[in-house]
Amino acid sequence: MKDETIIRGVAHSDTIHDSAIKHVTGRAEYTDDLAEPSGLIHAYLGLSQCAHGRITGMDFTDTLAQPGVLGVLTAEDLPGVNDVSPTGKHDEPVFAEGEVHFWGQPVFAVIAETRDQARRGAHKAKISYDALPHALDPIAAREAGHGYVTEPLTLRRGDAASAMDKAPHRIKRRFEIGGQDHFYLEGQIAMAVPGEDEDVLINVSTQHPTEVQHMVAHVLGVASHSVVVNVRRMGGGFGGKETQMNLFACVAAVAAKRWNRAVKIRPDRDDDMTATGKRHDFVVDYEVGFDNDGRILAVSGDWYARCGFSSDLSGPVTDRALFHADNAYFYPDVELRSHPMRTNTVSNTAFRGFGGPQGVIVAERIVEEIGYALGRDPLEIRKLNLYQNGQLTPYHQEVEDQILPRIFEELEESSEYNARRQDVLDWNAKGGTIRKGIALTPVKFGISFTATWYNQAGSLIHIYSDGSIALNHGGTEMGQGLNTKVAQVVAEAFQCDIGRIKITRTTTEKVPNTSATAASSGTDLNGMAALDAAEQIKARLIDFVAERWQAPRDEVKFVPGHIRAGDHEIPFDEVIKAAYMARIHLSAAGFYKTPKIHWDRATGRGRPFYYYAYGAAVAEVSVDTLTGEYVIDRADVLHDVGRSLNPAIDRGQVEGAFVQGTGWLTCEELWWDDKGRLRTHAPSTYKIPLASDKPRVFNVKLADWAENAERTIKRSKAVGEPPFMLGISVFEAINMAVASVAGYREPARLDAPATPERVLMAVNRLKG
Amino acid sequence: MTPELRFLLNDREIRLTEVGAADTLLDFLRIDRRLTGTKEGCAEGDCGACTVLLGRVTDAGLVYEPINACIRFLASCHGCHVVTVEHLRGPDGGLHPIQAAMVEHHGSQCGFCTPGIVMSLYGLWMTNPDAGVTQIEEALQGNLCRCTGYEPIVKAALAAGRAGGQAQDALAAERDAVSARLRAMQGQRVELRKGDERAIIPADADDLAAVLADNPKATIVAGATDVGLWVTKFMRDISPAVFIGHLMKGVEVREGEIRLGAGVTYSEAVPLIAEHVPAALDYWLRIGGWQVRNMGTVGANIANGSPIGDTPPLLIALGARIVLRKGDVRREVALQDFFIDYGKQDRAPGEFVEHVIIPIPQNAIVAAYKISKRRDSDITAVAAGFCLNVEDGTITEARVAFGGMAATPKRAARAEAALTGQPFAAESFEAAARAVADDFTPLSDWRASAEYRSAVAANLFRRFWLEQSEPDLPVRLKYAVGE
Repeated sequence: MKDETIIRGVAHSDTIHDSAIKHVTGRAEYTDDLAEPSGLIHAYLGLSQCAHGRITGMDFTDTLAQPGVLGVLTAEDLPGVNDVSPTGKHDEPVFAEGEVHFWGQPVFAVIAETRDQARRGAHKAKISYDALPHALDPIAAREAGHGYVTEPLTLRRGDAASAMDKAPHRIKRRFEIGGQDHFYLEGQIAMAVPGEDEDVLINVSTQHPTEVQHMVAHVLGVASHSVVVNVRRMGGGFGGKETQMNLFACVAAVAAKRWNRAVKIRPDRDDDMTATGKRHDFVVDYEVGFDNDGRILAVSGDWYARCGFSSDLSGPVTDRALFHADNAYFYPDVELRSHPMRTNTVSNTAFRGFGGPQGVIVAERIVEEIGYALGRDPLEIRKLNLYQNGQLTPYHQEVEDQILPRIFEELEESSEYNARRQDVLDWNAKGGTIRKGIALTPVKFGISFTATWYNQAGSLIHIYSDGSIALNHGGTEMGQGLNTKVAQVVAEAFQCDIGRIKITRTTTEKVPNTSATAASSGTDLNGMAALDAAEQIKARLIDFVAERWQAPRDEVKFVPGHIRAGDHEIPFDEVIKAAYMARIHLSAAGFYKTPKIHWDRATGRGRPFYYYAYGAAVAEVSVDTLTGEYVIDRADVLHDVGRSLNPAIDRGQVEGAFVQGTGWLTCEELWWDDKGRLRTHAPSTYKIPLASDKPRVFNVKLADWAENAERTIKRSKAVGEPPFMLGISVFEAINMAVASVAGYREPARLDAPATPERVLMAVNRLKG
Repeated sequence: MTPELRFLLNDREIRLTEVGAADTLLDFLRIDRRLTGTKEGCAEGDCGACTVLLGRVTDAGLVYEPINACIRFLASCHGCHVVTVEHLRGPDGGLHPIQAAMVEHHGSQCGFCTPGIVMSLYGLWMTNPDAGVTQIEEALQGNLCRCTGYEPIVKAALAAGRAGGQAQDALAAERDAVSARLRAMQGQRVELRKGDERAIIPADADDLAAVLADNPKATIVAGATDVGLWVTKFMRDISPAVFIGHLMKGVEVREGEIRLGAGVTYSEAVPLIAEHVPAALDYWLRIGGWQVRNMGTVGANIANGSPIGDTPPLLIALGARIVLRKGDVRREVALQDFFIDYGKQDRAPGEFVEHVIIPIPQNAIVAAYKISKRRDSDITAVAAGFCLNVEDGTITEARVAFGGMAATPKRAARAEAALTGQPFAAESFEAAARAVADDFTPLSDWRASAEYRSAVAANLFRRFWLEQSEPDLPVRLKYAVGE
């Protein structure tokens, strides 16, 4: 390596994604692209065709007669436990045993020489059922007495009931909020390679290698040290690979050990969408009391979630819905209750925002209700009710870092909100068929896993004697640029070019006991852990350089490409070589745990979040009141990522999250038939946004003045999830356009998603 | 006759004898050749992760178009040039201008859709260096990205267009040599076998007639945008399959009619629609995504008989006829009479659609509407074609056909009756809007409820009238950026 005094890729720079060139040339390897071990065979899942029923027979005669089929795996073939429940509730079997609980539940797997043979074999099996009654949605489940999949939560502060009684105005309504499929472009996939003893190596598209390791160990009945899990990158995750890949990894591992051959499993897109969980749909009954000025006095609400047949992550997801039911607003007296309902549908799971969006959107609906009831711009109601520092959330955390007033002010000005709102009102006043709407909505999002122990991370840095650096940490790369940002932290620490740093695949062999790359926390946790490792090596190098080049320790500095010791400036390579010869330890394991946080679920009190990320968006839409179609004319976003580690990557996260958030609330609709079959299970029937669906004018800015008040990595803030909720601005703007047909006398109260059908039906209802 | 499939894959000629009717191009690339840059995202032609360029020799020379490798049958690549992302290179062997722009503009995040997006943008860059945002979005209708929100991809495409370099591009430089190699492969019928499976690629339309005479029950595969899914989704056996996507490409415009070979793709028909039925161009460009328009043919969209095919409502409204051929016997059928019932068309075994004849509207008012959850690359909930003749303020003839409203694409007889002979005025369209409720009893499914379909069908009469009566008022949404 040559000396470089201009170094690329330090913190706060627009460094390109470390895999960008591999992405565009097709050389980035995803799990299905890895060179296949010789003798590799394939597994394919057989899914139930009954929403709820007792299995009365399983006939694999035709399956086994299929060319290439080697065998079938069912529940009784699992050497360890038949369970992949991530929370230890033992309620989620790998293969259904005795009873199936949703249409599409894995019942068996077929193993064959080719994927096509395994798939054909799976379709030839004959499973018979005695059908039992099923309930698909949370209200039907409640009426059927299904109960909860996990413990519900109540958040309470003050006395909501009596405050509500005293309030001058009260509104009580129901709001139905649809779910969302992740639609990661790379579907679920795992490849298991058997080793000696009880060993097995798994390559899998996962956000949570450690959990795969644990699940595979449990299902095989072996110790965790026998299982190695690798992931170089995912083709998208969004929460859909936080727990959902466990089952695929376990099936591949069991087959690999049984046949002693490498096994790959990859479902077709339809089976992937049918058999894996999604964003929770909710039915929310909310009530708000407010005064004549629009000040919120009391809020109460019940969040009924379609959790599916098992708990999966529904506990923390429904908790987070409540944590964000205030969004950015102070509720003086409040009582919020979650109802994680057991339904005969696939078990719903993590998805970007993790329940937060389904809380935030209700807060925004409440604000809308007040604005329409009082005949005022909902923005005024928002400003009136924004948290002030020192106020308490419904979970008794004090808000300390409020910056929304400045974000509102700057965004109102840069988007010319007031003038454009007047234009919209004037346009609608003319009464044509095309109506417009505009809305400014904020987000305040709590950062940290609410499972406090998850807020830890490890890293491993080696500097080899040629001065090249291998960097490893427990986070996984799913496109969010985590590896790039963590490498920037290390480049900054050593003042070396990022090209010197090799970001290796995530593996349980290098960093153990990692948390899921989730909750937007990847950079916060792993960046800090990597910095810890770098600082350990730096401290040793400083001691060494101070002694060798005879300089006081405090005069040894890392400068671009070099280490300065008093008057000497020694190239990094040279220092490393000398350090190696002097037997300095050039490897370090780093560790980090988030400070300050605590949470007592039983009392509903604590400080579950280290800090909040903020942002706001203004969206303007046009709606065709003859068909319900719409177009997003413009969106302006101003978002807070603290002091950005990589503004280009962070802006990409904000833009992508915004569009994904609008997809959730507009064109993406999950539709089950009365038999419990999901009928929107592929891109032909489930429509995520296209290039032509993004805002026609799209101005996205980071709040470049923002800085995290807490001591996070380089004072940056998490970015993955918070901007997702800015898509709510589009939803509210559509509501306004619809409400215009009745002179804004009442809000349109669209349920989500606002498909053209829902929009037209609301228009027709309001027209009367 | 030859038992050998021949095509170019990047810089190599491929010769295969063991090819099954249902073998897909994507599996060949990924499994047989380990060209893993091309990804499988959905295996149904909707996500674009498998996009490759397909070069083929046409009357206008060698053209390269993005297609979906997942639903493209390997056998149908005979005599073509398949170009995958691995073949892209810049003038110095480094990144191609499209790739460089994607890197510079941070156009990839997870990167899984990226090779497909690069190939679509490459196809656009080659043919339209001046593409604006609208054309870029059109080129990306068949490519899903779940990470970026598309903004940096569109910016990259604009930058790559500005960067230029088309003349120096490898595919341009090698154009003549490739054309010659491809021509040398063509001209003979190809018959392929793998186990019990048979695939036949006729040499020309006469040969097709002969093949079908011998194999009346064969699966006829044109663009494979539907049959591809029979295989990838339903694992159906399509053998023996006859691949006709390269046949019946002729186009004639004479005596007020467009005479379209059944094998003309949606894309190949775009200039004709733009010139002769401009009011339907926007509609036409919402059929599938770009890759699907490059594969699917007008004739097969009809022959397929789907109640939600996008061309029949428009073509029925225009009074189109089709020519059916069996052996050397041809007959002409009005398109509206071709669709008998769900899954049942007026086509005998061994008979195939050879031509589609579209009368060019003379002084008629034409409109075409498509309602779907998502504007682009979605399957129709309701589609409608309108063609009205108006003389001295009176509607003399009304032809209005709907898709998605019944078991077949169908004219709205009562609504038409409510218009015919009536004044060209709001009341007439109100009457038609009420009458159309009696024309159809639509179904509810995941695309739309019956109630919504009926409401929209009625409102489309109102929209049609508004567009005619208030041309200065905005009565339709504006999608184009910069309008």
